[in-house]
Amino acid sequence: MSGLRILVGCKRVIDYAVKIRVKPDKTGVVTDGVKHSMNPFDEIAVEEAVRMKEKKIVSEIVAVSCGPTQCQEVLRTALAMGADRAIHVEVDAATYENLQPLHVAKIIAKIAQEEKVDIVVTGKQAIDDDANQTGQMVAALLNWPQATFASKIEKTDGELKVEREIDGGLETIKVKLPAVFTSDLRLNEPRYATLPNIMKAKKKPLVKKTPTDFGVDVTARQTILKVEEPAVRQAGSKLASAEELVTKLREAGLIPS
Amino acid sequence: AVNTLRVLRASPSLVIKRQFMTSISLLQSKHQLTQSSEENYDIIYGPDHQQLRDSLRKLIDKEINPYVDEWEQQQRFPAHIVFKLLGDNGFLGITRPKAYGGLELDYTYSAAVTEELGNINCGGIPMAIGVQTDMATPALAKFGSDYLKKEFLAPSISGDRVACLGVSEVGSGSDVASIQTRASRKGDDLIINGGKMWITNGTQADWMCCLANTNEGKPHVNKSLICLPMNTPGVTVAKEIKKLGMWSSDTAQIFFEDVQVPRSHIIGEEGQGFSYQMLQFQEERIFAALSALVPIEKMITETINYTKERKIFGQPILSNQVVHFTLAELTAELELLRSAAYRAVALYTKGQDVMKLASICKLKSGRLIREVSDKCLQYWGGMGFTEEVMISRSYRDYRLVSIGGGADEVMLSIICKLMNTLPGSRKQ
Repeated sequence: MSGLRILVGCKRVIDYAVKIRVKPDKTGVVTDGVKHSMNPFDEIAVEEAVRMKEKKIVSEIVAVSCGPTQCQEVLRTALAMGADRAIHVEVDAATYENLQPLHVAKIIAKIAQEEKVDIVVTGKQAIDDDANQTGQMVAALLNWPQATFASKIEKTDGELKVEREIDGGLETIKVKLPAVFTSDLRLNEPRYATLPNIMKAKKKPLVKKTPTDFGVDVTARQTILKVEEPAVRQAGSKLASAEELVTKLREAGLIPS
Repeated sequence: AVNTLRVLRASPSLVIKRQFMTSISLLQSKHQLTQSSEENYDIIYGPDHQQLRDSLRKLIDKEINPYVDEWEQQQRFPAHIVFKLLGDNGFLGITRPKAYGGLELDYTYSAAVTEELGNINCGGIPMAIGVQTDMATPALAKFGSDYLKKEFLAPSISGDRVACLGVSEVGSGSDVASIQTRASRKGDDLIINGGKMWITNGTQADWMCCLANTNEGKPHVNKSLICLPMNTPGVTVAKEIKKLGMWSSDTAQIFFEDVQVPRSHIIGEEGQGFSYQMLQFQEERIFAALSALVPIEKMITETINYTKERKIFGQPILSNQVVHFTLAELTAELELLRSAAYRAVALYTKGQDVMKLASICKLKSGRLIREVSDKCLQYWGGMGFTEEVMISRSYRDYRLVSIGGGADEVMLSIICKLMNTLPGSRKQ
């Protein structure tokens, strides 16, 4: 079963350590001049793909990212970590504001078919929108099995055995290939892109495409009405007794008098 | 490619223009990777430098900074562990030959890494790393024999061996020519007697790049740089020195008593050690300036954040004009230092001798970082005087910059020498 081909989705997001600020016009968050990096869960996905290649389960890793030109930085990181090729699906900044998981899933599904990959892997969710949809949608579009929130992946003949983190604990499932999986936090610890690999990555191919190349319409299907900070938590007050609490609640009109 | 395109567009010759334009455009589209965002970077850097810095930053944030407080308390950081980690990721031999594990990139990449090290939350560890990369190894890399480079340079680049630089002595700091350590010939060996002082990494080093008197003759032509394994019998690490700052960096006093090493351990030409050391100093001085940039900026930013929150007399400290004006003035000075440092890097990368500019950079970086730490500490008030905030450590650590790596006074002497204003030695 050697020679599996794997497609990894990588999203460029605001770095997890940055303090997010809402734009004064409330149309979104400030992104100009703000540090961005690869979505941490996608880093874990890339790392898993590279480990599978080192174990000779996978023979080729293709990294893909959809968005404006700066997405190439994230692809370069994926190449430096060990991906073989990269595809940048260029979406201009304005369209990108309204790009939805369904658009991205359609693009990834198309690429998966064109590239004839056996596995598609993405992070379980992006830390900017927390959508947790793209992986699942890709599987549905391709009619492939999915193993989401993967915390351990093993290869058994013709199949993958995946341990998933679910609300009740850990669930182990067997998945026939081709399949989609999404990576959870404890799947692995991503390697650093070493300097020699960063230099080597410059020679690896990176192609630029557009959504139209894949026949995907990325017209906005929704508009953002407003973005604002969560309400500041109001100070509470200490009360002496349950009776006082009831009185205060009645006064505030929160319980019927 | 971008600049060639610009030049060609202005060129009158149409035929050549067409041919070259097509091939350059092809090049550009292939390398759109690097071309598109070049405008966003500072004058000596590009997107590749940024990628490098981001990678190092991750390593610092995960593997170094979480432990700095502990290491400062212990007054030692685990050099072998940290250097191996850096070496594994390629950060210790950026400009060094590929044949010995280096990356053979140009000096601007080394500058990027040096600058990024400023994100470590103390002065001691970047200084120790600088000894390994920019102080103990440049002469070896340039002039050492293949044997010496395999024995000492390659493992220093991989992080398997910790290096230290042995130049200063108890009696000779600024006056390098006056060192007393002797290496006398005995057949094919050298017998070294003497001692060294202020040796960074001294208690953990596997080898020392040691400057000793090897010949008769004038003090500038009678010294050699010797690769000295620290486990050679007769080498005694006598004392770990307790310092005002730079606590996580171990500093040693070392004695040599009849230490025997083969003569083949001499780097390059015998007698040329002093000149080699002077060449090494250029990189050391640019290193000092580059590694000051991030700490200065951090001190200013953190002081802004603190003084915004802290109120006195009913308003934030920052609202007082003297405070925000002072921080603005210091920021202006920082940018000037940055420009000088980047210029030194650019000229050095071009192959020019930058002794004067590098010495100016060293002088100014020591002066500015002390001024910034002192003024910022004042605005932190009582809080700044405690171990609970970074500014106190910064104040202690960065006081060294004007003393070590060439004291301010030495820098001034060098600049005067190059200006031909020193008394007695004025040439026509």
